[in-house]
Amino acid sequence: MARRISPARRAATTIAAWVVGLVIFFPILWMGITSFKTELEAFSTPPSFLLFHWTTENYATVEERSNYLLHALNSIIIAGGSTLIAMMIAIPAAWSMAFAPTKWTRDILLWILSTKMMPAVGVLVPIYLIFRDAGLLDTRVGLVSILCLGNLPIVVWMLFTYFKEIPKDILEAARMDGATVGRELVYVLMPMAIPGIASTLLLNVILAWNEAFWTLNLSTHDAAPLTVFIASYSSPEGLFWAKLSAASTLAIAPMLILGWFSQRQLVRGLTFGAVK
Amino acid sequence: MATQQVRTLGRFMLAPTVALLFVWMIVPLAMTIYFSTLNYNLLNPDVKSFAGFDNYYYFLTDPSFLASLKNTLVLVGSVLAITVGLGILVALLLDQAVVGRSIVRLMMIGPFFVMPTVSALVWKNLLMHPVSGLFAWIATTAGFEPIDWFAEVPLFAIILIVSWQWLPFAALILLTALQSLDEEQKEAAEMDGARFLSSFFYITLPHLARPITVVILIETIFLLSIFADIYVTTGGGPGLQTTNIAFLIYSQALIHYDIGAASAGGLVAVVIANIVAFFLVRIVGRNLDA
Repeated sequence: MARRISPARRAATTIAAWVVGLVIFFPILWMGITSFKTELEAFSTPPSFLLFHWTTENYATVEERSNYLLHALNSIIIAGGSTLIAMMIAIPAAWSMAFAPTKWTRDILLWILSTKMMPAVGVLVPIYLIFRDAGLLDTRVGLVSILCLGNLPIVVWMLFTYFKEIPKDILEAARMDGATVGRELVYVLMPMAIPGIASTLLLNVILAWNEAFWTLNLSTHDAAPLTVFIASYSSPEGLFWAKLSAASTLAIAPMLILGWFSQRQLVRGLTFGAVK
Repeated sequence: MATQQVRTLGRFMLAPTVALLFVWMIVPLAMTIYFSTLNYNLLNPDVKSFAGFDNYYYFLTDPSFLASLKNTLVLVGSVLAITVGLGILVALLLDQAVVGRSIVRLMMIGPFFVMPTVSALVWKNLLMHPVSGLFAWIATTAGFEPIDWFAEVPLFAIILIVSWQWLPFAALILLTALQSLDEEQKEAAEMDGARFLSSFFYITLPHLARPITVVILIETIFLLSIFADIYVTTGGGPGLQTTNIAFLIYSQALIHYDIGAASAGGLVAVVIANIVAFFLVRIVGRNLDA
């Protein structure tokens, strides 16, 4: 039975919630608006909120001045590549721990989690030197492998929490019918596992896209993804607010869209299943 | 019951993950420990000699270590207080009857998907700029002197930016937890005449205790290694005012090229993170059995 709520209270909570939501979202909105201003208007006081000459020239000049597409492509390759490789390694591992657990499964899972706790900065020196000696600095291969390893624990964990919820009876039934392990995997488990795999994929693409420790330290130009490209706007001579806003809007828009799709899975994914 | 065949297969499927993570964890860590005992500077790479614990002594007694430790604690503590405190309020609000809740929720979680370099630069320039930033305009309009955020209160400015990035995380998790709270329990309490505050303190808050713990631990892991926000806004300055441990180690390694000291510092960071991780792993592990 739903509780009766007075219209006045509903109006009050609605207004309060919208105000809070808009305040939290405002910096993103303001960035989006600024990206359509001229540099002069972006810098002017008092600021104009909507009544200014809207222009898309910043989006054009961002590409002209700085090879934006290269960095966007790097972001796609690095985020997508590291996630896909991590998935290929993690799916069998999570599958085996969820469906054929041994007495060590629990300890292995917790150990996998603990590898994620290692602060990146603690291994910055050796990774930097290994990369330098192996010629991996500022290469896509280097960044893909480091982000793949960095996110592997989260990928395994997310997949495990999904796989664990697939009812085991179905497997028993399939086995009774004489299905081999391979058939069982393809025809029984995969269809049920697809939603979990998809949301794991989505969340980890977002995490890898936004990763800004290894990308900042291990790439400068050729392999630099958007995180590094945007950071180049921090130098005083590069301070063009409207262009910064346009570049930033382009850099975050795809993740906002993906993120909004994956928001329901976000909680369990990021809490390692501790909150659902 | 899993058959022997399945179990053997399971081991093969698990092996690559375990092997990769083991190498990923052990090799760099062993190298960090090794480097931390050397006098080794990349500006003078031919000189490599055993230094014993000198690097640790140097790193731990360096005034910049204490300053950055303090900054790290202030940064992590403040962001936790702000995000958990406001996160509870936002979650409680969104748990009410709200018209268009899903849209409000979308706006609320937006900042979490913004890459740190973007949020730091947008806040620093578009909002916090002392002359042309929006905050300066608001302050002037209201008759106050605008604050030069990154000169007067640099660490607080970083705290604000990072809190904005992490508030959605806390609020979303607490909201999810609230929505799983038994509605009938709250109703029963209300019928018994419980006021909002007492129902909050005796029913809601205890229910939130575990999610809050999880939020605190996970945020702490990430907040201990805040790097990009500092890198693009203050570069650790002015002076050492916004240098945290992560940034200090970075500057030892890649600005001063002092491999020995940076490695010693890296191990200190590992130890600090492990203390937090110990508790987090225990909580998650308890959940695994349930």
